[in-house]
Amino acid sequence: MSNNIMDIQDLHAKIGEKEILKGLNLSLEAGKVHVIMGPNGAGKSTLSKAIVGHYDIEVTKGNIRYKDKDIVSMEPEERALEGIFMSFQNPVEVPGVNNAYFLRTAVNAKRKFQGLEELNAAEFLRAAKKLVVELGMKPEMLNRSLNQGFSGGEKKRNETLQMMMLEPDFIILDEIDSGLDIDALRAVSEGINRMKDGKRTFLIITHYSRILDYIAPDYVHVLKDGKIIKTAGSELVAELEETGYGALEES
Amino acid sequence: MAQEELNKAVSGEYEIGFEIDIEADTVPPGLSEDVIRFISAKKEEPSWMLDLRLQAYKKWQTMQEPHWGHVTYEPIDYQSISYFSAPKQAPSSLDEVDPKILDAYKKLGIPLEEQNQLQGIAVDAVVDSVSVKTTYTDELQKHGIIFCSISEAIRDYPELVQKYMFSVVPMNDNFYAALNSAVFTDGTFVYIPKGVRCPMELSTYFRINALNTGQFERTLIVADEGSFVSYNEGCSAPTRDENQLHAAVVELVVMKDAQIKYSTIQNWYPGDENGKGGIYNFVTKRALCKGENSKISWAQVETGSAITWKYPSCILQGDNSTGEFYSVAVTTLAQQADTGTKMIHLGKNTNSTIISKGISAMKGQNTYRGLVKIAGKASNARNYSECDSLLIGDKCGAHTFPYLENKNARAQVEHEATTTKISDEQLFYLRQRGISEEDAVNMIVHGFCKEVFNKLPMEYAVEAKALLNLTLEGSVG
Repeated sequence: MSNNIMDIQDLHAKIGEKEILKGLNLSLEAGKVHVIMGPNGAGKSTLSKAIVGHYDIEVTKGNIRYKDKDIVSMEPEERALEGIFMSFQNPVEVPGVNNAYFLRTAVNAKRKFQGLEELNAAEFLRAAKKLVVELGMKPEMLNRSLNQGFSGGEKKRNETLQMMMLEPDFIILDEIDSGLDIDALRAVSEGINRMKDGKRTFLIITHYSRILDYIAPDYVHVLKDGKIIKTAGSELVAELEETGYGALEES
Repeated sequence: MAQEELNKAVSGEYEIGFEIDIEADTVPPGLSEDVIRFISAKKEEPSWMLDLRLQAYKKWQTMQEPHWGHVTYEPIDYQSISYFSAPKQAPSSLDEVDPKILDAYKKLGIPLEEQNQLQGIAVDAVVDSVSVKTTYTDELQKHGIIFCSISEAIRDYPELVQKYMFSVVPMNDNFYAALNSAVFTDGTFVYIPKGVRCPMELSTYFRINALNTGQFERTLIVADEGSFVSYNEGCSAPTRDENQLHAAVVELVVMKDAQIKYSTIQNWYPGDENGKGGIYNFVTKRALCKGENSKISWAQVETGSAITWKYPSCILQGDNSTGEFYSVAVTTLAQQADTGTKMIHLGKNTNSTIISKGISAMKGQNTYRGLVKIAGKASNARNYSECDSLLIGDKCGAHTFPYLENKNARAQVEHEATTTKISDEQLFYLRQRGISEEDAVNMIVHGFCKEVFNKLPMEYAVEAKALLNLTLEGSVG
């Protein structure tokens, strides 16, 4: 049995009529930090959306095996309950929905799925407030409407809070570093690093290497024209910075 | 995804559309002086009441059915409606109430046995044209509070009824108010004496049961100086292919330093997705803040009816009086709602707030229509209006018609309006966190309605949320 948490085979996916992923193959070893790098338009976001079952994406061929199950036809919430979490690049605002109420609902949906007892409001708040302080968020953020009027940094910290509360097995960080100042980047990275326990798998989608100064990757996968064209260790980051993507050819 | 699944989610079954199998006295369809005399005689009314009814009938005959609402429907044949239907057994105590009616109310979640009720809620149960049971009357009488059917009030408290009935909604106020004044059958009367804070929630539960029958109830609530009452009404009707007319009148009178909180959960049968059947809910509700520092607060959750046409209004006559209107109106299936409020500022320093939330799904059409009128003498009057519309899917509609007439330069008026769509992005975000699509829709809708739900008494807020979930059930897969 392989030690891969996810195996993607010959994945073809389109948005509207346009094919973006063109036979992508990717194996992700469990417990490691993986980075997907690649030029704009290569299909990085499409890949992450295909994994979480986003409505924009139509998978036309191939499969995504996660924990030895093909998840392509699973509902987004089923994938989430199975432990897949995505930190959104631009989390949407949901007016009137209390942030804490939302998060408790999500945490309890997961606990129910796992056969655990649901957290009551006090238990939940105790856990959430502790993390809120650690992430450098204002405590009142929990009482505001979900993402409404949050700054870019507040949104990313709130995503990180959700990730830490939900304790997922497979974490996709989609351009988590975009629009973050240095303090926010540090706080978010610390949160992520604390989640690394040798069992959780991270998939970091980025086209800058900035976040990689804070989170050390185990593997770097280069995505170009809808396919993974190279996989290597963290040394590839420095190499790419020097030579750019143009120099890489499909291997 | 989205559209089809959403449609499924917003076409929730009407679960209370059962018919109560009781024997009823129903007059043959048609409206005439004789029918009005019959109703008045059935109610054993004094002759002054009959005279008023006949006056109203004469006025109604000269009036035109209004068509300015943003709603469309087949013409109503007023001669095909039966104007009186009463369960045959006339009970004088709970033991005599037809067990089938008790059962029906139990199914609706409103047990009429006092010991089984939610703590501290007194109920007047109205089936078709008559009040079948009023609970806790003795308890309330100790505080001097009158809580009874309007028919009893006409017989037992004629001086109060003569003084206040038609004082807020004149009999010729509008076409449906005039019709109601001529043929009203039952409803609730409440009088809270000076300085009394009503110790429990009062409520009326209206049930239309008989076929081809209109329900024309009349409610009159008077809060004397320094008193307070919280009153709630709920409504439901069987599932039928025919449209049924419900034309009610509600009058509230609030004296100096008094307050009435009036909450409605309206869940009349909405008809089917092709617009067949359902209640025509054409209602006139108006409150008069007569004394200084008086306050009226309307809170309504409208999920039912094929057509809703109602504008609970406040006449702010006393200086420093306050009017509030909080509304959630849901139109799904082929429902149409044209609803809103009128805030008429007459006194100085009067204050009004309007928060209206319209939710449209499937083929539902939701219209907010509101008037804020500030008279020349209403110095320092203030109004804040907020009208928000939420669209689920792309075949529904939201329309907003705010009117403003301001004759005082020292008044302050603010209006905000938004229209949003439940976006695929919001749903996806919540689902990615493991929340089911149905729970996600409910969460977004509840968030949208929060400001209004916060204004309902707690038990009713819970009921309103559950009702909203049920109404929108199936918009998700």
